[in-house]
Amino acid sequence: MNGADFEPRIVGFLCNWCTYSAADTAGVSRMEQPANVDIIRVMCTGRVDPVFVLKAFAEGADGVIVSGCHPPGDCHYNSGNYKTFRRMPLVEALLQQYGIEEERFHWGWISGAEAPKWAQLVRDFTEQVRELGPLNWKRELESKED
Amino acid sequence: MPTLIIDGQEVHAEEGQTILEVARENGIEIPTLCYHPLLEPYGACRLCTVEVIRRGRSRLETSCTHPAWDGLEVKTRSPAVIEARKTILELMLSRCPNVPVIQDMARDYGVTEPPFLAVDPDEKCILCGLCVRTCHELVKADVLHFSEVGVERRVGPAFLEKTRQCIGCGACTIMCPTGAIEIVMEKDAIYQEKPLGPTSAIWVPSMQAVPRVPVIDTDACIRFRQDDRTDGEIADACGACQMLCEADAINFDQEDEVIELDIGAIVVATGFEMWDPAQLSQYSYGQSPNIITGMEFERLSNAGGTTGGEILTAEGKIPEKVAIIHCVGSRDHNAHPYCSRICCMYSLKQAHLVRDKTGAEVYEFYMDMRSFGKAYEEFYERVQEENVTFVRGRGAAVEMLADGKLRVTGEDADLGRKVHADVDMVVLSTAIEAPHDADRVASLFGLGRSEDGFFAEAHPKMRPVETNTEGVFLAGTAQGPKDVPDTVGHAGAAASMALALLDKGEVVISPQTAVVDEKLCSACKTCLSLCPYTAISYIEEDNVARVNEALCKGCGTCVAACPAGAITARHFTDRQILAQIEGLFRVPAVEAETETAMAEAEGVSS
Repeated sequence: MNGADFEPRIVGFLCNWCTYSAADTAGVSRMEQPANVDIIRVMCTGRVDPVFVLKAFAEGADGVIVSGCHPPGDCHYNSGNYKTFRRMPLVEALLQQYGIEEERFHWGWISGAEAPKWAQLVRDFTEQVRELGPLNWKRELESKED
Repeated sequence: MPTLIIDGQEVHAEEGQTILEVARENGIEIPTLCYHPLLEPYGACRLCTVEVIRRGRSRLETSCTHPAWDGLEVKTRSPAVIEARKTILELMLSRCPNVPVIQDMARDYGVTEPPFLAVDPDEKCILCGLCVRTCHELVKADVLHFSEVGVERRVGPAFLEKTRQCIGCGACTIMCPTGAIEIVMEKDAIYQEKPLGPTSAIWVPSMQAVPRVPVIDTDACIRFRQDDRTDGEIADACGACQMLCEADAINFDQEDEVIELDIGAIVVATGFEMWDPAQLSQYSYGQSPNIITGMEFERLSNAGGTTGGEILTAEGKIPEKVAIIHCVGSRDHNAHPYCSRICCMYSLKQAHLVRDKTGAEVYEFYMDMRSFGKAYEEFYERVQEENVTFVRGRGAAVEMLADGKLRVTGEDADLGRKVHADVDMVVLSTAIEAPHDADRVASLFGLGRSEDGFFAEAHPKMRPVETNTEGVFLAGTAQGPKDVPDTVGHAGAAASMALALLDKGEVVISPQTAVVDEKLCSACKTCLSLCPYTAISYIEEDNVARVNEALCKGCGTCVAACPAGAITARHFTDRQILAQIEGLFRVPAVEAETETAMAEAEGVSS
């Protein structure tokens, strides 16, 4: 399973107020985007525990997206996105230590008004992960357990 | 009570009064130059000399220092007194031949020419010591002293050198009867000239102030400045106003108080600040007193202002040409990118005022005319008909010309070329911006701020006065630039939202709140600083963190950070989210072979 045949599984943790509503609008507006991203809604990206990202990879995700409101000032909770801003680089460093390519993890900001930007991200990121091929982390973890 | 006779009139004195004080109280004028009711009498000028007859013996005494004893007879205008004063004035006029107040007094006593040649015809000091006493007794700075003796005697700071002890209060210049002391402005001096500002330390904020009571400017008041300078060591300086106030209304110890109230709603109406145009050097603000901001123009044009409402240049002349530059600091990526909304209309009003009051030519440099409100466009048309020259294009620069005129350069976008106007006065329509301490207010109330720095409303269209903190509402320019009608409307909405909340008596909160499992909480306090709503507090007696559910908005930031996993976000628990992730991978991927999974799923649902 490689190249064009491969359909990556991507998990997106989206904040309720900005990127989730952007994704919603993108869908309602029938914007063209691959169906590879499965969205898990959180109230704020500040809620995203690094464990969630690792868990997604461990369960079989080939890529993960964390996206919330633009700093400064867009965050519904004033400063949740700043917490994300500080946590996510740590997650990046952690993933590198696990040997997961940095291209498999994306974090950033998309406001509720930026539905086209979300659709574009989904298209680009899916292609990016598709080129990397499957992560197969789950299979490796299971084989080690055996 | 001592009773004495002054000029044949029987008068009563109080214990400890001087003859001069008693005479003045009874409407008997005695000339003097060195007396001041707030200072110890000194008897230096000797002009208050009177004839005092006690037990049949007559003597000439200075009335400012002589006690008003019982049984005295005083003559203030007897021939001996007149003769003595004449001699004193002759000597005084010989020392200071060119001081108007001495010339006038001397003329009253028939002295028109000084009998002796002056050593220095520009001498103004009569060595009365008022300044020395003021500096010592009132200001308590002790800068001015007498030095030398005889004809060399003079007043000045020690060794006649500049001293940091001088706070530049100017009290000596006000006290000096002959105008012998001047304040010299030095660059970077202790205080700066404020041509449009108040001129004393006590003033009424404006003629329209409510309540209309004077305030003390603690930055200018001698008492407070001495306090600051000496760290409270000279705690009792001046106080002249307190001594003179008959209503006993002045209390220096009055301070800001902290009053604690339990309230149900808060309206944040912290307003705006004017942007300082000195930040963009091309406008040369601060380099010429004739380059003023719109706000300063308002003060100038105000009937209660320094010119009584006349529009004058700093030289006191009626300007012939005035330029008004719009969008100074607004719609400018070097300052504020947003439109300040109010400047177009107040600039038009000011153009109208200049035309009306002075008839001067007015040049308006504008980018776009945003006359958006009710009857605004009509006013714009009216000002156009008043022969104001409108130049469509940002006023780019203001420079000072050698002849004192100001040259405003800009591009006329309609003509497509550079234009300039040489004017007498430039009014800069400066931007309005969020107050400099808006971040403190924001963190106090858990408010968000939009990119322009003003407080963020809950929704830009549907909830313009609410904030994301329940029970806190925004009114007026705290939320963004607004003109008066918009502010009134916005504030009215905020007030009624607050009243509606109070009337309802309860707040509806979202069920997605965080909750601390107190058995697991190790009281590390990590969560306390993370909460943007200060909803979590540390409970000393139980040694745990606890969430105030009325304040919690359920963002979950604390949940993700809790090292002990003691905090749970209701409806977004770790278990729920992890189960979602697991669930995603239980069913095969999109477009993959899904028959079995579909069958399973159908089996579950059916």
